[in-house]
Amino acid sequence: MNKRKYIAAPYLVWMVIFTVIPLLLILFYAFITRAESGALILTDKYIKSALSGSSMSVLLLSMEYALITTVLCLLLAYPAALFLWQLKSRIGSIVNLLFMLPMWMNFLLRTYAWRAILDSNGPLNKLLQTLGLGSHRMLYTEGAVLFGLVYNFLPFMLLPIYTSFTKIDNSLVQAAEDLGANRWQTLLRVVFPLTKPGIITGITMVFMPAVSTFVISRLLGGSQTMMFGDLLENNFMLLKDWNTGSALAIVMMIMMLLSMALVRKSDDDLIPGGG
Amino acid sequence: MTKFINFCKRFYLAILLIFIYLPIFVLMIFSFNSGKSMVKWNGFTLSWYQKLFTNPLILNSIWVTVSIAVISSIVATVVGTLAAIGINDFKKLSKSLVINITQIPMVNADIVTGISLLLFFIFLKIPRGYGTMLISHIMFNIPYVIFSVMPRLRGMDKNLYEAALDMGATPAYAIRKVIIPQLMPGIVSGFIMAFTMSFDDFVISFFASQGIVSNLSIYIYSMAKVGINPEINALSTIMFIIVVTLLVIINIRSIRQQNVRQARIKK
Repeated sequence: MNKRKYIAAPYLVWMVIFTVIPLLLILFYAFITRAESGALILTDKYIKSALSGSSMSVLLLSMEYALITTVLCLLLAYPAALFLWQLKSRIGSIVNLLFMLPMWMNFLLRTYAWRAILDSNGPLNKLLQTLGLGSHRMLYTEGAVLFGLVYNFLPFMLLPIYTSFTKIDNSLVQAAEDLGANRWQTLLRVVFPLTKPGIITGITMVFMPAVSTFVISRLLGGSQTMMFGDLLENNFMLLKDWNTGSALAIVMMIMMLLSMALVRKSDDDLIPGGG
Repeated sequence: MTKFINFCKRFYLAILLIFIYLPIFVLMIFSFNSGKSMVKWNGFTLSWYQKLFTNPLILNSIWVTVSIAVISSIVATVVGTLAAIGINDFKKLSKSLVINITQIPMVNADIVTGISLLLFFIFLKIPRGYGTMLISHIMFNIPYVIFSVMPRLRGMDKNLYEAALDMGATPAYAIRKVIIPQLMPGIVSGFIMAFTMSFDDFVISFFASQGIVSNLSIYIYSMAKVGINPEINALSTIMFIIVVTLLVIINIRSIRQQNVRQARIKK
């Protein structure tokens, strides 16, 4: 029996080498530098430059974008999940599959398509012109970036919420109705609290990748909008400044951990026993 | 009144679906356009498909994507399944430690995982390229296999393995003949998940290979930055059709299996 443990050994070695050590290296590059004498010394200069005003304003902007994206996705996805749940369960799951299908197609392709649609000479502007609404510059604006973020992350909000709807025990809903609750009361007091785990998962699955994205802002926002992911990418791929880049990555990880702790905390405070 | 409300609900879902599918359909339609524009229809052509399959850059990136997805998901499935069987026998404390570390690549932002691997390769002065991309794909794929095999292990009857040993099977033989068959559904879904994750990955590949080797995602990214390229439209159309076909096949199979099971129960 005990010998069976050892077949996990290759993975444990692998895990230490390729998961643990690389993460520790981020700390190493962010805090350790080579002194003039050649010795390795601790330093706070990289973390200081990562906490400078300019990078902090980029971080705040990214958090703002991610927050707006999360709220918009929630507002769009929650009613959709509710309506899907109210359809016959077989039809609901088929329509849900339709929502998920594009996720299997490379997200870069879909974002690239919006680039073409939103282009000044693109189909959307042609449509607006024929309707007499004039032509608008849409690509390379903040709006385009937000639009792209919502488009890409909507399924990540919809899926967990819809899953939590499908897990609801129908007898609870019937009991509420039998006891005299009207539709809205049932929805707010019974159904909504039961879907909270799905909402929390959805928020995590949208907010975290939205903060750190650099592709969507690069493709739809051009050089107009710099997000924190762009800053990281610049430091590693262009400037090849591993030290400042690592410090920036640490700042981003801390901000993410804090915001997730905040989400979970507010969940506990709002409705006790809701999750 | 309720009819109207029901109509509104369906209308809302339809609008959202249109929003989600619009870019895909625009790509598909204009992949047959003879002009390079994505506004004006210049006539039907298949030339972009022809160009796509003779473009050495695209063919090479398809080869990189497919070979890395196949190799990394097979390696991850083998290592991950064995790891899951082993970890399951760990004592409580070391088990939760290993499980928590295993979760890191799934929970962490892709960009951080990518950066950490890039730093690792820089630190050891390993030249970036196909090999480093493959290693990082194996790295982020293993957790998906472990977490789809683990729940199956928990639900398994331990006595079966013991019985096999009592009847003279060696541990390796018992694992092969008793444990693995019971884990098969978890192993298969872990493999499929690993394959799709690897196939779709952009961020980690981009950092781990420092953009030196292009998989499809990296190629699309570098093309999309420059402008519109109808060959990418053709590529999207092909990929979309493959995805839809695969999903339809999988769904028909699972419905058939359900029917077979129900028929058996009725007997």
